[in-house]
Amino acid sequence: MAFYVVQFLTGLASAASLFLVASGLSIIFGVTRIVNFAHGAFYMIGAYIAFTLTERFSGAFGFWGGVVVAALAVALIGVLVEMVLLRRIYHAPELFQLLGTFGLTLMVEDLVVLIWGPDDLVGRRAPGFKGAVDFFGQNIPSYDLFLIALGPVVLGILWLLFQRTRWGVLVRAATQDRDMVAALGVNQKWLFTSVFAVGVFLAALGGALQIPRDAVHHAMDLRIIVEVFVVVVIGGLGSIVGAFVAAVLVSELNAFGILIFPKISIILVFLVMAVVLIVRPWGLFGKPEAAARKTPGLTVNPWRPLTSNERLAALAALVIAAMLPLFAGNYALTVGSEIAIFVIFAVSLHFLMSVGGLASFGHAAYFGLGAYGVAFLAKMAGLPMIVCLLLGPLLGCMGAAVFGFFAVQLSGVYFAMLTLAFAQIVWSIAFQWVSVTGGDNGVLGVWPASWAASPSHFYWLALGVAALVTVALRVMVFSPFGYALRATRDSLLRSEAVGINAKRIQWTAFVIAGTTAGIGGALFAYLKGSVFPDNLGISLSVDALVMVLLGGVETVSGGVIGAIVYKALNIWLVSQTDLSKLVLGGFIVLIVVVFPKGIVGMLEMLAQRHRKSSPPGSSLLAKPIESAE
Amino acid sequence: MKLTVQDLNSHYGPAHILFDIGFEVGEGEVVALLGRNGAGKSTTFRSIVGLVAQRTGRIMFEGKDVSARPTHEIVREGLGYVPEERRIFTDLTVEENLEVGRQPKRPNAPYWTREKLFSLFPNLGEMKGRPGGRMSGGEQQMLTIARTLMGNPSLVLLDEPSEGLSPKIVEQMVDAILTMKKEGVSIVVSEQNLHFARLISDRAYIIERGRICFGGTMAELDARPDIRDAHLSL
Repeated sequence: MAFYVVQFLTGLASAASLFLVASGLSIIFGVTRIVNFAHGAFYMIGAYIAFTLTERFSGAFGFWGGVVVAALAVALIGVLVEMVLLRRIYHAPELFQLLGTFGLTLMVEDLVVLIWGPDDLVGRRAPGFKGAVDFFGQNIPSYDLFLIALGPVVLGILWLLFQRTRWGVLVRAATQDRDMVAALGVNQKWLFTSVFAVGVFLAALGGALQIPRDAVHHAMDLRIIVEVFVVVVIGGLGSIVGAFVAAVLVSELNAFGILIFPKISIILVFLVMAVVLIVRPWGLFGKPEAAARKTPGLTVNPWRPLTSNERLAALAALVIAAMLPLFAGNYALTVGSEIAIFVIFAVSLHFLMSVGGLASFGHAAYFGLGAYGVAFLAKMAGLPMIVCLLLGPLLGCMGAAVFGFFAVQLSGVYFAMLTLAFAQIVWSIAFQWVSVTGGDNGVLGVWPASWAASPSHFYWLALGVAALVTVALRVMVFSPFGYALRATRDSLLRSEAVGINAKRIQWTAFVIAGTTAGIGGALFAYLKGSVFPDNLGISLSVDALVMVLLGGVETVSGGVIGAIVYKALNIWLVSQTDLSKLVLGGFIVLIVVVFPKGIVGMLEMLAQRHRKSSPPGSSLLAKPIESAE
Repeated sequence: MKLTVQDLNSHYGPAHILFDIGFEVGEGEVVALLGRNGAGKSTTFRSIVGLVAQRTGRIMFEGKDVSARPTHEIVREGLGYVPEERRIFTDLTVEENLEVGRQPKRPNAPYWTREKLFSLFPNLGEMKGRPGGRMSGGEQQMLTIARTLMGNPSLVLLDEPSEGLSPKIVEQMVDAILTMKKEGVSIVVSEQNLHFARLISDRAYIIERGRICFGGTMAELDARPDIRDAHLSL
């Protein structure tokens, strides 16, 4: 019995940091409507700076002073980020805001390694809380008891701040109607900045307070942000009480999940989240959101099928690509195969995102499931390659069917957060379930059959499949199903009013996209000869998003172009620099701020301008994407 | 002149809504902006306070050109705005709603305190702690006016204050507007209801399809039944 009580208390102690970070995210979202992906990064910087202050400068501030100064310093960094970056993207579609703050996260990950090095840093214990309290023969660290008390205290302080101060009243008013607050003479800019500073302060404090419990390392940002997304999805985005309750719930589920499913403890959290989403899609304490403007979809150029000339051109490009083995060496062919596979991956996400308006932040899950599907079939069942290639993607299809069912219940940022959380769950399973997946060691020795073994043959195979998949998805865009899907993207209510079963259409699109990604993953497994948890990791999901964004979300062929340019750039970049995340992150931020329409979008815009020499409507086309309101 | 609007043009996306709107409001005057549904009354007000992004033209308030300034700065000059849809903060109590509108005292404008507003709108004084979402339409309309007055404006744009209210509440609204006028607040009131406008206004402009097509005193308007009948549904 005492053991369970201690387990319960440990869970409560972990909830404190989680609550701090999640409440910060919620407060920022409430007012600015931005889901700040970089929140985990601020949490991590908070921990690193607190480590330095308490280790090197403990004379100046002491331990507690160091923790608070660290949080304040990070809040200041947050203010800079808000003023320089976020102010430019408040009116951009949600997807761009998520991606922009994600780019920031990537940059921070490289920067902390640059400053603090790649090793785990173990911080000192908090003075006054070094010992443990004996509880019927079980030890509870006294610092845990401090954290348990801290959670409700912070909740109380936040409550007072929001209920009893003018600032709090203004923030609550702005959460409901920002324009009206401005029309009453309140300077929104500074309100937003101050809210962002408070939210970042909370995240950094959460990170700083973790140092006596956990080592500080450069991957702690992604770990916390996924848990925080799960917390706000369960508790309801924008609700501080919800963040508190859900943080406790998730931490307890983690604490006891380890006892029930020691290998895959995260499954319990997932089950609870699934139940909450079915019963209350907007979270336990959240409010149903008014249908917001959907992610990209401000298409001013109507989509059309290719003209016969354009078809010939596409065919010619394909023929030229197919002639690559005639003059290129093996390395170039392997790179070519990889690019072709990523074209498959990118067009599958493009289909979901541009045609369906559903921006998935966890699309790599289905790519990786396809790869694992092949690995299982080839290694365990010993099936021939052609059978594996046909059946392997079915694992991606099944994953997409299960997760997609829940994901399409939500939209916008909730959809993005949920798909990310699902992907992370799949990753955790692949990572933790060592007896089946091999864990970190992956599954090795997945080699193609002899007919596809030579680089040129494999290249032709990948190119052929990529061409087929691209054509098939394009045909679907201009089929009745594609029209229905685009209708649900442009207006869910109106599409339902004309008799479209929107959720079913979106679910179908999700499964199609997942299966297609699985095809890419299946080929990828054979290309590399092995499968690792990284094949379904977050960074791969983001690669896909960047490819689509780079090509242009609002175009039909953006996925293909984006994949080719991005993958080629990426392979070159990794060979050139160790700081690829820093460069990539900066690149993402740049696209979001400067080229929101992507390569194909820019080309179309130029072509449009060239065709009709500035008719009255053209200035509208040339404008960057703005909010529809 | 208190407020001068010249050559105001506004667009929503590709749609041109307002065409060369121009009108004037004198110190302490109540001016009615009359027109049918969709004529452009609300867009005119929203453009003046900077809530319409695509607009051109000159807006002079107390001799200063405010047309390029952001919304909160225009409002802080003393130009108050009461939106048509009321836009009460439904989660906030009556007192908190008033708090959002509070701005410092202004030398050239009447100073409103909570107590003064509660005596102007006695209903509000009886429900200080009630959330805005649990008030009747009439009470919300009073709250939205009181909230704007907390900013001590010297001129208020009132967008259709009588819309959807019971006759008894409309009477209270007339009294409240006349009290505001007596205190020295200049007012532009948009209305479809000529009867209501006549009770409070000194002059009137008629707007139709985004263009001003008449301007004059109430007596001059009464002398032109043709204009009245062509542009206003009675």
